[in-house]
Amino acid sequence: MAVDVENGKVIKVTGNECPKGEKYAMSEVENPARILTSVILGQGLELKMIPVRTDKPMPKSRIFEAMNEIKKIKVQKPLSAGDVIIKNFLGLDVNLISTRKAEWTRNFQQEP
Amino acid sequence: MVTRELVIVGGGPAGMAAAVSAHENGIKDILLIERDQYLGGILNQCIHTGFGLSYFKEILTGPEYAGRFINKVKDMPGIEVSLKSIAVKLTKDRIVTFLKPGKIETVKAKAVIMATGCREKTREMVHISGTRPAGIFSAGLAQKLINIEGLLPGKEVVVVGSGDIGLIMARRFVLEGAKVKAIVEIQKETRGLLRNMAQCVEDFDIPVYFSHKISRIYGKDRVEKVSVIRVDDNFNEVFGSLFEITCDTILMAVGLIPENELIEAAGVRIEENKTSAPGIFVCGNSFKVYDIVDSVTEDSINTGKLAANFLRQNE
Repeated sequence: MAVDVENGKVIKVTGNECPKGEKYAMSEVENPARILTSVILGQGLELKMIPVRTDKPMPKSRIFEAMNEIKKIKVQKPLSAGDVIIKNFLGLDVNLISTRKAEWTRNFQQEP
Repeated sequence: MVTRELVIVGGGPAGMAAAVSAHENGIKDILLIERDQYLGGILNQCIHTGFGLSYFKEILTGPEYAGRFINKVKDMPGIEVSLKSIAVKLTKDRIVTFLKPGKIETVKAKAVIMATGCREKTREMVHISGTRPAGIFSAGLAQKLINIEGLLPGKEVVVVGSGDIGLIMARRFVLEGAKVKAIVEIQKETRGLLRNMAQCVEDFDIPVYFSHKISRIYGKDRVEKVSVIRVDDNFNEVFGSLFEITCDTILMAVGLIPENELIEAAGVRIEENKTSAPGIFVCGNSFKVYDIVDSVTEDSINTGKLAANFLRQNE
């Protein structure tokens, strides 16, 4: 696949084998985006760390800012895979979601 | 002694897919043995995306991929799961011995599927000279420490080997705030997937040294530095090319080998997904190391069918 670029903008994509290729090439050149995955701290849950991800690709340039936010998060209630942890994460129009189920730990006394 | 139609050893992607497939093919008395406290195997620590593209036609993380199979297993009344259970012996006539907290159990199976996955190669297997300080981890162990335990094993990292696990862990360390000083690969190019070179290495400007190897590890209590040397086409060291990198951590990502100790100890030979002992089958990474989990699933679904057919013919 080849891309003609002028002033940081894509003029033409050639050699792509499907429409996804053109879209991907444009995004890679003009505003590269990635799905970010990491873990957050669980409290009172059977898992110490809960894996999370953004539900859509987010701008690559803001990944470290996102990691700093993720490190501050603590969850204190059971989760299922797909549960939204932060809506509209960093105002980027992506949600931070859990990717694994986590129940209360068996030793944890739930508040009545 | 308890008897079972089918005993499956290993509750990772291979064991779960084999169990689901055997159940769908009419076997309703299945015992699935898993040594960890959760099903899912290595997928639980593979929090990155890239799973399921061929089997589920969407991009999933490891825990999401595992979760789908865990739900399938739970919905099947004919599969009993035994967690915290580690198989310690297998015999040719399909007697499986396993330990679980406070107990040793023996079960006679009409068929057995071994889905025990693979193990990482260690520093000793690639012969790196030097001292034996703390700070040398296999990449998968480091992955478990960060993603499951929430511990960062080091701050300045050198990765040995450029397979997928090495590349993914290089990115993971960078995201957690550590510095990855080099990926050192003895081959001329990566053994990993292209997308991982792009999204793990190039995205974060991590230096990669192809045709180089670690010649020595230094450090008394903790890793202090490594020396790196270029190699020629025959992997001979090139005189005068030696240089040093200071670091406190070394990740070994130098390949995987199928885990078949129980099968070998039983005196059984592996022949494709079957073995020289009738009724004993092998699937997933314990049969051969696959690049992607979707292939493990496919292999294991086929093996589940093979086992179901065997059981039907021997009723």
